[in-house]
Amino acid sequence: MNALACIAACLTVLLAVAGPAAAQSLAPTTGHTLAATCTSCHGPGGRSPGAMPSINGRSEAEIAKTMHEFKDDSRPATVMNRHAKGFSDGEIAAIAKEVASWR
Amino acid sequence: MAMKRRTFVGAIAAAAILPAVAVRAQAPAKARVVVIGGGFGGTTAAKFLRLEDPGIAVTLVEPKAEFHTCPASNYVIGGFRKLADIVQDYSALAGRHGVRHVREAAVAIDPASKTVRLSGGQTLAYDKLVLSPGVDMRWGDIEGYDEAASATMPHAWHAGPQTALLRRQLEAMPDGGVVALSIPGLPYRCPPGPYERISLIAHYLKMAKPRSKILALDGKDAFSKQALFQDGWAELYKDMIEWVPLGQDGKIVEVVPGEMTLVSEFGQRHKAAVANVIPPQFAGNIARESGLADKAGQFEGWCPIDPFTFESTLAKDVYVIGDAANGGVMPKSGFSASSEAKAVARHIASLVAGRTPDLPVYINTCYSLVAPDYGISVADVFRPTKDGIVATPGAGGLSPRHPPDAAAFRHHEAEYAYGWYASMSQDIWG
Repeated sequence: MNALACIAACLTVLLAVAGPAAAQSLAPTTGHTLAATCTSCHGPGGRSPGAMPSINGRSEAEIAKTMHEFKDDSRPATVMNRHAKGFSDGEIAAIAKEVASWR
Repeated sequence: MAMKRRTFVGAIAAAAILPAVAVRAQAPAKARVVVIGGGFGGTTAAKFLRLEDPGIAVTLVEPKAEFHTCPASNYVIGGFRKLADIVQDYSALAGRHGVRHVREAAVAIDPASKTVRLSGGQTLAYDKLVLSPGVDMRWGDIEGYDEAASATMPHAWHAGPQTALLRRQLEAMPDGGVVALSIPGLPYRCPPGPYERISLIAHYLKMAKPRSKILALDGKDAFSKQALFQDGWAELYKDMIEWVPLGQDGKIVEVVPGEMTLVSEFGQRHKAAVANVIPPQFAGNIARESGLADKAGQFEGWCPIDPFTFESTLAKDVYVIGDAANGGVMPKSGFSASSEAKAVARHIASLVAGRTPDLPVYINTCYSLVAPDYGISVADVFRPTKDGIVATPGAGGLSPRHPPDAAAFRHHEAEYAYGWYASMSQDIWG
């Protein structure tokens, strides 16, 4: 790297506001955050206006059980099996608690 | 302060917000957040910031009163939905959620003074800025393809009049004509979108103009959901569709609108009855002109972000979401934008409340129709790492290629595609 390029690179580093936020500087993922995207398909508050199943009014236990069944492919699914495999058991518990709290 | 108050009251009058909301909004705000862009990302951010904390004053800067969604715009092109079916508006955002909608364009962002200048000359001050400007076309990248050319050869990659134009051209073309598409290399908005469009144009032609052909000229050698699309094309449309990859001289480098001709890299000239030219794209003008996009390198024109927060790496307190951001492996989709927006809303609300923000998770769920009753999907759970955003291993992916009852599976996924649209519309604009 020539001197000019080095100066440009150093300036770029100095001008950048900060490196990426370190994962450890953030709190553990909450159920609120994990479940936030459920409503995109299942509707606000889990009340679906269309063909997607509503998930409002289901108990924490039912949601957790269903998610685990999707995760281990013991329940037929089109897309939820692919989603459920992306979450740890702890995360599934947090999602179930959050969704069951929706009124 | 006096200046700010005048500006604030003036904008409320201009936006004609309901009195009840105006009274509530006059209480001192905990923070002022300005959101630029009323698409999937910006609208979600504005609404969910208010749901997270009604004490945050949120201003949405979006010149349009109505928004035509790109998702489902291929249904209009395929002739089984009307343009009116894909319109969303901002009435619930202002009336129900107390978001101030300023119907002007943002013309400049100054991260140093933390202000946004509007097309009317007014300046908005912010504590945090959420920038969701979508994409603009790289006019001239394909020689001869500028905004004027798009009146003859529509891109239809911003939904609305361009969508209607492409539909009218398909209706007007003779049976036996060639519909040519020019498709760019990555990255661009909605990776599977061109292939859903090919499918739904084929669906229309098969019924109305069965002697016609589709010539898909591609600037790459592989594409999103490729095997699923190509299985569907073989099953439903036989030899109506010809896809020409980059390696077979698929890349279009020039167009001649007056002659309805597309010219390839190696000089092949393709004449078409209808030409849908989807040009290369980059982050919306406001992002690039405000110095928030990379100026060189592989992601020139796109906005670099911190994968943990979507905060710009080029400006503090500016969060760039949606198609304009370089989200790495996250596809540029409406669902991704909305997921990023919810994470950013939560992050900002946590900072305002003095909480340590929690580690985000981002999701994408994207349906494509190969025919009105034949759907396919891709889904992923994304996590931020110091090396960028990654898809959670062992999860997500495509619809199975050979499910036990394939016809029923594709039918279900088509129903869910329509359900996705209904839910997304309410979740974002409702």
